[in-house]
Amino acid sequence: MPFITSATAAKEHYDVIIVGSGAGGGQTAYTLTMDGAHVLMLEAGRKYDPATETPMFQTPDLAPLRGDGTTDKPFGFYDATVDGGWQVPGEPYVQTRTDDAGRFDWWRARMLGGRTNHWGRISLRNGPYDFKPYSRDGLGFDWPISYEDMAPYYDKVEMLVGVYGTSEGLENTPNSSPGCLLPPPKPKVSDLLVAARAAKLGIPVIPGHRAVLTQQLDWKTSPAKLHPGNPAAQKLIAEDMQRRAACFWATPCGRGCSIRANYQSTTVHLPPALATGKLDIVTDAMVHEVTIGKDGRATGVSFVDRTTGKQQHAAARVVVLAASACESVRILLNSKSPLFPNGLANSSGKVGKYIMDTVGSSLDGQVPLLESLPPHNEDAASGHQMYVPWWLYQHAGKLGFARGYHIEFGGGKGMPGLGTAAELEWLTGGSYGAKFKQDARRYYGSFVGFDGRGEMIPNEHSWCEIDPSVKDKWGIPVLRFHWQWSQHETRQAAHMQKTFADIIEAMGGRVRGRVETDGAKAIAPGGSIIHEVGGAIMGADAKTSVTNKWCQTWDVKNLFLTDGAPFASNADKNPTLTIMANAWRVADQILERMRQKEL
Amino acid sequence: MDRRTSIKWMLAAAASVPSLRNYAFGSEPLASTTTAGLPGASGYGTDPNLVNTYKAGELWPLTFSAKQRNTATVLSDLIIPADEMSPSASAVGVIDFIDEWISAPYKPNQKDRHIVLEGFDWLDRESAKRYSKAFAALDQAQQRAICDDICHAAKAKPKFANAAKFFARYRDLTAGGFYTTPDGRKDLQYVGNTPLKSFDGPPLEVLKKVGLA
Repeated sequence: MPFITSATAAKEHYDVIIVGSGAGGGQTAYTLTMDGAHVLMLEAGRKYDPATETPMFQTPDLAPLRGDGTTDKPFGFYDATVDGGWQVPGEPYVQTRTDDAGRFDWWRARMLGGRTNHWGRISLRNGPYDFKPYSRDGLGFDWPISYEDMAPYYDKVEMLVGVYGTSEGLENTPNSSPGCLLPPPKPKVSDLLVAARAAKLGIPVIPGHRAVLTQQLDWKTSPAKLHPGNPAAQKLIAEDMQRRAACFWATPCGRGCSIRANYQSTTVHLPPALATGKLDIVTDAMVHEVTIGKDGRATGVSFVDRTTGKQQHAAARVVVLAASACESVRILLNSKSPLFPNGLANSSGKVGKYIMDTVGSSLDGQVPLLESLPPHNEDAASGHQMYVPWWLYQHAGKLGFARGYHIEFGGGKGMPGLGTAAELEWLTGGSYGAKFKQDARRYYGSFVGFDGRGEMIPNEHSWCEIDPSVKDKWGIPVLRFHWQWSQHETRQAAHMQKTFADIIEAMGGRVRGRVETDGAKAIAPGGSIIHEVGGAIMGADAKTSVTNKWCQTWDVKNLFLTDGAPFASNADKNPTLTIMANAWRVADQILERMRQKEL
Repeated sequence: MDRRTSIKWMLAAAASVPSLRNYAFGSEPLASTTTAGLPGASGYGTDPNLVNTYKAGELWPLTFSAKQRNTATVLSDLIIPADEMSPSASAVGVIDFIDEWISAPYKPNQKDRHIVLEGFDWLDRESAKRYSKAFAALDQAQQRAICDDICHAAKAKPKFANAAKFFARYRDLTAGGFYTTPDGRKDLQYVGNTPLKSFDGPPLEVLKKVGLA
């Protein structure tokens, strides 16, 4: 009976309650239950089953509007996200600015597994510099931990979820321990052309790292490394690893994967956690408050059962928030009591401060060399076979902006979509008729797109608070966002544009549209890259941070955060792998303290 | 589980039809950011059944009158006529798609609705002015004479600027509708969306052609 009702959960007393079921919540639940803790997971969205709900081979002509994105399904009809997007009906939020340069758009995914169901699966480790950015350039904050603290957990997560890639020994781009990574997929012709021509500009192109099984996981040797001294857990995960199929090189990962060949919490973390018999899950449970006892410790959480509209309460020794950075912040700020009048764990006044996203900017090029190539299958690994890690660490301080970015790129003859033969007029001179059909064949697959993903430095002007009047449909007060980029981000975006144009030119290609040299216009609006982190940062000082290095709140000893909220910086590396590694690290600490009877 | 079994599973998943969840379209409140441009029309909501197959007109009422449908057919087939590789746009359901597109209650679709319907009216006005007939009733040389004036926005005369914007958008919709059909995919020689035992990368002849082998 792992999926239970809210009424049943209310009668139990758990070791740990986890709010949220995505990368952070999923990993926390996995680690805790594999070691025997009795865990309740509360998910605001509905139950979701990738095995039966994933549209694996459906083609655009079977979908409404040829599968194109709408406000109901922003990443297209077949995107795995249900009940999610930058706007969720009945769940508003407030923006103090709505212009492109000054707004923060908040993505949510109200479903079991959260945004892990649709994410890009790009799984990059933070490097040693990324944990100590303040020490390097005096900006932002250091993490109270180092790369060495996280490295063993990166190894474990890579072995558990399955990440392809290589160890290249490049600066601040860490190697994995032997046996952690799966072999990378073969590159596509467009990947190889980018690599060859970027190399001439001194820009390195190396195999990408993505959470996709290019072969079956090493179920014979990994389990002992994942769970030393725990034969029951080893047996369980060895069995589950054998149930996951390797990638069959078709169907976009963003739809989710019914054969479990990529990572999503619902296919990788939750099945073995449920198999322990130690995990209960209540879906449609909208948590809005952490409740507090007279001793100042968390007693559990209050939530709205969305199926009945009724208030419920669940109790536990430990509460872990992993609801997504801003949602966890919202819960803390809404948890007001006589002991904590400014919201829970907020004696520093830092809850809601230092919200970060990733710097994003894009440019496409058309490459004559790639025109009219003989037909061949280019579905590959569904993206990111190769990428460009940040390559200018030695130029730090000389570029007009601190920190760096990596480049994701892609081309090739993918499944034709609504845009495949659109907006070709600049190439065709306005052809229609027989000539247009020839042009469509010629240009199909000849475009390469570049996306920069760069570090944002936390600042005092990017934060959120509870709006004094607006409430969601359950009467829960909502967040109000403030947002501002600094020149470190906007100049970086302009640098991305120039770099992309240089690479396109080096490929003999032509830029589509224009190269935006004004960084404020080149940068994507806050929140649009969906790498929301910060808001309850970890630190070494209770006066300037919300949690200690164990992501344990300074003010409430049995309250922990395992999503992106405790991130003290947001390196260019996509945050999900670090969220998982950190969650495992924190969960190990929770287990240790429960054994010591401190919790 | 071996690969064969996993592929069986996958095929079952791909074929799975109307689903476990009885989701009634339109039973959800309209998303706050969608615009109900048509009476009674709503979007498919944030939790549609993804493994269903959908047909134009199923989710929201369609728009085209018989006359508009006729104009659409003529224009789409001028843009994508039949040739030795594939049928014409109208022969593979593109008109149904365009009707579905301009009838959808989402903001970008509502914008296209104005562009397309006003564009059809303009075509008829221009045809009447030049040839005293509706656009669909002209012979192909006459139709092409009008299209030639509006097919390239950058070079169109100022008086045709709006008509050229319409033509560009209509060509994009026609092409998008066409190349997303099985015939359109075949025309482009797309060969993916099929499970493979291994992904081997580009063949040698491809690498040679771009100078990488």
